[in-house]
Amino acid sequence: METNLTSQKHTPKDYKNGSAVRWCPGCGDHAILNCLHKAFAELNLEPHEIAVISGIGCSSRLPYYMNTYGLHGIHGRAAAIATGVKVANPDLSVWVTTGDGDSLAIGGNHFIHAIRRNVDINIILFNNKIYGLTKGQYSPTSEKGFISKSSPYGTVEEPFNPAELCFGARGTFFGRAIDVDLNNLTDLLTASAKHKGTAVVEVLQNCVIFNNGIHSKITDKAYRPERTIWLQHGKKMLFGFNNEKGIVADANLQLKAVTIGQDGYTLDDVLVHDAATKDSTLHLKLAQMGCDNDLPVALGVIRDVEAPTFENEYEKQIEEVQKKMPVKSFTEFLMNSKNMWELK
Amino acid sequence: MTEKTVVNDLKDVTVRFSGDSGDGMQLSGTLFSTLSAILGNEIATFPDYPAEIRAPKGTPQGVSGFQVRIGSHDVYNAGDKTDVLVAMNPAALKVNAGNLKKHSIVIYDSDSFQKKDLEKAGFKTDDPFQELNLNSVQVIPVAITSLTKAALEDMDVDNRIVLRSKNMFALGVVCWLFNRPADIAERLLKEKFGKRPLVFQANVKAFLAGYNYGNNTHLTASTYRIETVNNEKGFYIDINGNLATAYGLIAAAEKANLQLFLGSYPITPASEILHELAKRKDFGVKALQMEDEIAGISTAIGASFAGHLAATSTSGPGLALKSEALNLAVMLELPLVVIDVQRAGPSTGMPTKSEQTDLNMALYGRNGESPLVVIAAFSPTDCFDAAFWASKLAIEHMTPVVLLTDGYIANGSSAWKIPNMNDYPKIVPPYVQKHFDGNPSTWKPYLRDEKTLVRYWAVPGTPGYMHRIGGLEKDYYTGVISTDPDNHQRMVKTRQEKIDKIADFIPEQEVWGDQNADTLIVGWGGTYGHLFEAVKKIRKAGKKAAFTQFKFIAPLPKNTEEILRKYKKIIVAEENNGQFASYLQGKFKNLPLYRFNRITGQPFRIEELVKEFIQIIEE
Repeated sequence: METNLTSQKHTPKDYKNGSAVRWCPGCGDHAILNCLHKAFAELNLEPHEIAVISGIGCSSRLPYYMNTYGLHGIHGRAAAIATGVKVANPDLSVWVTTGDGDSLAIGGNHFIHAIRRNVDINIILFNNKIYGLTKGQYSPTSEKGFISKSSPYGTVEEPFNPAELCFGARGTFFGRAIDVDLNNLTDLLTASAKHKGTAVVEVLQNCVIFNNGIHSKITDKAYRPERTIWLQHGKKMLFGFNNEKGIVADANLQLKAVTIGQDGYTLDDVLVHDAATKDSTLHLKLAQMGCDNDLPVALGVIRDVEAPTFENEYEKQIEEVQKKMPVKSFTEFLMNSKNMWELK
Repeated sequence: MTEKTVVNDLKDVTVRFSGDSGDGMQLSGTLFSTLSAILGNEIATFPDYPAEIRAPKGTPQGVSGFQVRIGSHDVYNAGDKTDVLVAMNPAALKVNAGNLKKHSIVIYDSDSFQKKDLEKAGFKTDDPFQELNLNSVQVIPVAITSLTKAALEDMDVDNRIVLRSKNMFALGVVCWLFNRPADIAERLLKEKFGKRPLVFQANVKAFLAGYNYGNNTHLTASTYRIETVNNEKGFYIDINGNLATAYGLIAAAEKANLQLFLGSYPITPASEILHELAKRKDFGVKALQMEDEIAGISTAIGASFAGHLAATSTSGPGLALKSEALNLAVMLELPLVVIDVQRAGPSTGMPTKSEQTDLNMALYGRNGESPLVVIAAFSPTDCFDAAFWASKLAIEHMTPVVLLTDGYIANGSSAWKIPNMNDYPKIVPPYVQKHFDGNPSTWKPYLRDEKTLVRYWAVPGTPGYMHRIGGLEKDYYTGVISTDPDNHQRMVKTRQEKIDKIADFIPEQEVWGDQNADTLIVGWGGTYGHLFEAVKKIRKAGKKAAFTQFKFIAPLPKNTEEILRKYKKIIVAEENNGQFASYLQGKFKNLPLYRFNRITGQPFRIEELVKEFIQIIEE
């Protein structure tokens, strides 16, 4: 959507509707909401040209706190509803707010197919690895062995990594951020809006009541610089308190975290992030980095690839057909039927 | 909008197997007729050998045929014109073209309709149907040769036996289309080929492959025609119910000056609506094949929110999947047309067979108190009007509408007079900008028109009317989420009242036949043609009978009770276990109801209707 240059510059409060926000105190959702208001202001979007669509869950209450058009749908279907909105009116800026249960369990099918079609919608996936609104059952992103009300002896199933689903569905944009890093999250949301196609933004979000601290081993300020890396397109993959560490690839294309100046590694060995390359192999490896493999969790824009969007391709097809068969009235159309006859 | 129709319930069907003299058409025909005789049909056959036994292959002179006429009674001859032709090559089509009825079915071996085959039969173009001027036949191409080969691939038989089994594949397809059980055919083949086990096995295998092909691809052929008795001058086209439904939506979108959106998922027997609307990009129609039934309706809800005329098309199992989203549309109070082409259930049931068993699901199949509009189309051509009405009510009353058609009228075709769209009413969307003096500050998302209780349509992209809607209960005035007990009761009652008020905007119910009769025959939806025929016959036989067929089911027309109270006996005839009868009984106490229920997957049989109705009339 083109921003209207003649209009007044918007501020975050233009997107707030004044109703009381009802998430628990300390919930990561508050931060995401604020960052979204800020991102909209940075993008200078007109509030009436935004539609925020959601499913069911704590994250899906977000549309009620926006001064935009909003639709609070049913469990898991937000991506499908948003697809209908965007195809009907490609001029709207369409957002989906959803959770790990909403989009990866009950709505998994719509999630992958929206990504496959590359509809130009922005999906903010609040990943707290728990069902909050139903009071604490394990989710499709809960680690194996996770103890919850519905898994009192620990789960015996492997979790999804949302990025793997996204790339498996041939996703064109994937980014990740943490709820407590407001500036970076705002930047990421802005970047996702600028991407033409389905953008998935995974926010590692804390559920203060049912899964408090689930991400703290990477979000805690004491460890964050060591255990996360903020990826930027065209820049070296550096991290650490003083950017003294980097990501390198060995001869087998295995990623490794090294300290520059140690074991013979120099700055030249450190990989440069290319978010725009079509091949998702390295993006996948980056998205899989984590504490279990002694690598920092990748944050920022991991993948941002140009590709035609579904709604544009659809509109183009309509135009082509209409060029060959100019629009006529319905009656004219019928009068041109091949098998018509006249009763005199 | 009512029409006089005659059901051409083909009492007998003439099937002709035709191919090269070496294709074994005589055997296919003989088996089919024996099979039908075993099933209790009366039959008459007519073998038709070529004059030249050794005429060149693939030429018209070498065509051999076998015609079978089957019927329930009084079949005196083999029929002079063909209803169903099986053409193993283009020459067979050519020879028999003149004998085909206007709307006959042609099943042909697409493998043997290649360029050289067409030339051999003397065709000049690559479209033999066009060349023979066969514009109205139902064409069913089946790759008989290659599918037979594939079926017998793992058998140790020579190519000659393989090619000679093609006729059995063709017979299998025909047996599927006409409900001939496969096991009887197998028994007959055993009698015929029992002494040659390999040939027997090849034939049975090919037969079953053909039968299963019909089953797997949900092949259907409509042998029923509903003729419109219409002497009005004008231009006509032939149309089936699915096409008419798609056209009805297009016409409504044009009237409402809206773009049409369809979110759908393939399902028998409704897919044709998706196919037609996917073609209609010339009208800018957006028809999306989604990943599942739920996504079909969910995209439609999204498109409706964004200001399109949105629809989703399905059949029973799909409607079951859509019920949660349909309920969301009830709560959102957005326009939505849901088309259910009913088929025989429960569960997967009999996908290619027709029934009226989804009425309860349409009326009640959702959690909570969830009122919506239900309309049922009478006939193939009436699907146009019904779809137009469904769209009009959905848009003007901001509500989902379920349009019930069925497999029988969806696939059945009829002559349709091209309508003058000026005769159809306006469709005016209740856009919010046209109310509240264009001043958003006094507006709230669920404020309603006092007379109709309809809320206003504020389409995203409109400045000043930003709002949030959702599946949660909301306050009557502010539209903000509310769990207040009294407010909830008020909202439930209001949503129902809004639907009830639609009775003021639909035509009154009409009664045909003897208004002063003691007995009223009641039907709804796609049984119209058969019931009308039956009532005509009853009256011809000197009995008095009145007849009324319901198109508007929820809400019912205003004068429904007044009509029902006039009669001493009310026979409700439907292709289910009495769903509409129970619905009427629930609304109007102490009705003198009689129920006529047939749940066979087949349309009513007029003789049966006449017999049972007269019994009740004379009781």
